[in-house]
Amino acid sequence: MTQPIIQFDKLNKWYGDSFHVLRDIDLSVAPGERIVICGPSGSGKSTLIRCINRLETHQEGRLFVDGVELTDDARVIDDVRKKVGMVFQQFNLFPHLTVLENLTLSPIWVGKMPKEEAEEKAMIQLARVRIAEQAGKYPLQLSGGQQQRVAIARALCLKPKIMLFDEPTSALDPEMIKEVLDVMIELAAEGITMLCVTHEMGFAKAVADRVIFMDQGQIVEQNNPHDFFSHPKNERSQDFLSKILGH
Amino acid sequence: MTAPTFQPIAPRPAPRRTEGLLAWLRINLFGDWITGLMTVVLGGALLYLMTQFISWAIFRASWHPNFEACRVDGVGACWGVIAEKYRLILFGRYPFDAQWRPMLATVLMLGLLVVSCTRAFWHAWLGLLWAVVLTVFFALMYGNVLGLARVETDRWGGLPLTLLLATLSMAMAFPIAVLVALGRRSQLPAIRTFCALYVELIRGVPLISVLFMASFMFPLFMPEGFTVDVLIRVLLGITLFAAAYMAEVISGGLQAIPQGQIEAAATLGLSYWQTQRQVVLPQALALVVPSLMNNFISTFKDTSLVTIVSLYELTGALSLALNSDANWRPFMLEGYLFIALIYFMFCFAMSRYSLWVEQQFNRGRKRSIETP
Repeated sequence: MTQPIIQFDKLNKWYGDSFHVLRDIDLSVAPGERIVICGPSGSGKSTLIRCINRLETHQEGRLFVDGVELTDDARVIDDVRKKVGMVFQQFNLFPHLTVLENLTLSPIWVGKMPKEEAEEKAMIQLARVRIAEQAGKYPLQLSGGQQQRVAIARALCLKPKIMLFDEPTSALDPEMIKEVLDVMIELAAEGITMLCVTHEMGFAKAVADRVIFMDQGQIVEQNNPHDFFSHPKNERSQDFLSKILGH
Repeated sequence: MTAPTFQPIAPRPAPRRTEGLLAWLRINLFGDWITGLMTVVLGGALLYLMTQFISWAIFRASWHPNFEACRVDGVGACWGVIAEKYRLILFGRYPFDAQWRPMLATVLMLGLLVVSCTRAFWHAWLGLLWAVVLTVFFALMYGNVLGLARVETDRWGGLPLTLLLATLSMAMAFPIAVLVALGRRSQLPAIRTFCALYVELIRGVPLISVLFMASFMFPLFMPEGFTVDVLIRVLLGITLFAAAYMAEVISGGLQAIPQGQIEAAATLGLSYWQTQRQVVLPQALALVVPSLMNNFISTFKDTSLVTIVSLYELTGALSLALNSDANWRPFMLEGYLFIALIYFMFCFAMSRYSLWVEQQFNRGRKRSIETP
């Protein structure tokens, strides 16, 4: 068996003194695996994936990413962030920079890449998400779906081994969800490790190797999408699925 | 029956504004009889005062540097006072024969400011230019090199002193303010406390007392024989004072930047300083351009307070010029109008410039695509 690329080991996290947001998380992710995480709001899904690139710190347990344990050591955090790309619900593009500058910022300043080379590579990523013709525009001049595709391209510029998606389609108009999901499905086919918090069950069925259902900070159930959707074992997951699929 | 097909309506330009000047006048100035009455009364009063002022300032004015002519009954403004005293007002107590030096220094400084404000010149060598111009400025003013006679700083005065104090204190206060603003949001409690303390202490005292402290108290704490020129002490005082206010303005801008921006920068591997420099500050500063310019303008005018520690910048030089001469002393008003005009020209230029800067930095916030 290959070594897992992400390994949670009895991980616990609290917000403040009293809110126990992640409880005894045990999870290992194989390289290339595509995981969809779902669950009711407040169940800790986003916090879970934000631990992987240290946007959130955990208080107990251990977390390994690509063989390295995450600690407060700044070098470790830098190292892990180079391997992990992230796409946010609110896109978080930099509004004062053009689309192209959004993509080249990190390669130029962090990767010390010459500007021309960074731009060339950025254009390849923009073409990949089918938005190359918008390179000179500012983010707020684009539609939500276009902005999210730019955000995906920006994360891909770092050549990450792992991509984290935190509800990437939740802030989009229904008409734009498909264009973003299409890009994510293509990405999934290329063998990159993906963890995706989403309620798009069609996407989960199409690409996920595994669906994880969380509630109240715990992993309640995990299974392959077919069995998860047709025979959820736990009553909490049954209840959740009946609510989101029931209309 | 077939389903109706969708017929898109071609976009049309917006209708021409129908209001026009006359319509605007009717609606806003003569909307009903009370408004109309007020317009007539206030408009009449305004017109009367304007004609009085123009008659005083222009038609009945005396333009010759002859105070006897000004004393005649019915004579309006006495602009002769400017013609007589302009060199004293503009250059203070600077030695009369050497006044081409502050004049040249002022022109150089103004040139530097204009160049610095022009986008085409925003290159790395601008820093070098500042160093060169400031060196030449001090060499001209202080002398003691290249055969120029030495002029101590206590004899500097007028417009060059105002410009020097304003330019240098703003240029130095801005970076300090950025650091303090960042410091107030630091994760490190010591830095956070220090910055908060600095801002609160400085904001808690009037500028005048800061200047007094810089001028009179500071030397008391220094070892015997160790002195710092009063000009430099006062300059530092104004700088630290302006920086505290500016830091609060910049803080406001920093607070407006969503946490998501910082998180996105973090996931892209940017360090703390890279995040601030590339992501946070450009957006935060763009948001506070109007308030920052407000600070700059008030700092510019606050330099007039250095008079109280015997540095005769523009305002101080004016009172110096007129108080020392009993013949011209009654014409203070004309003198003040003259320097008010100078202050106004600078402040108005700064305020127009701030509009332009705002436009430059907020391009990304506009949704429509500009066609240059």
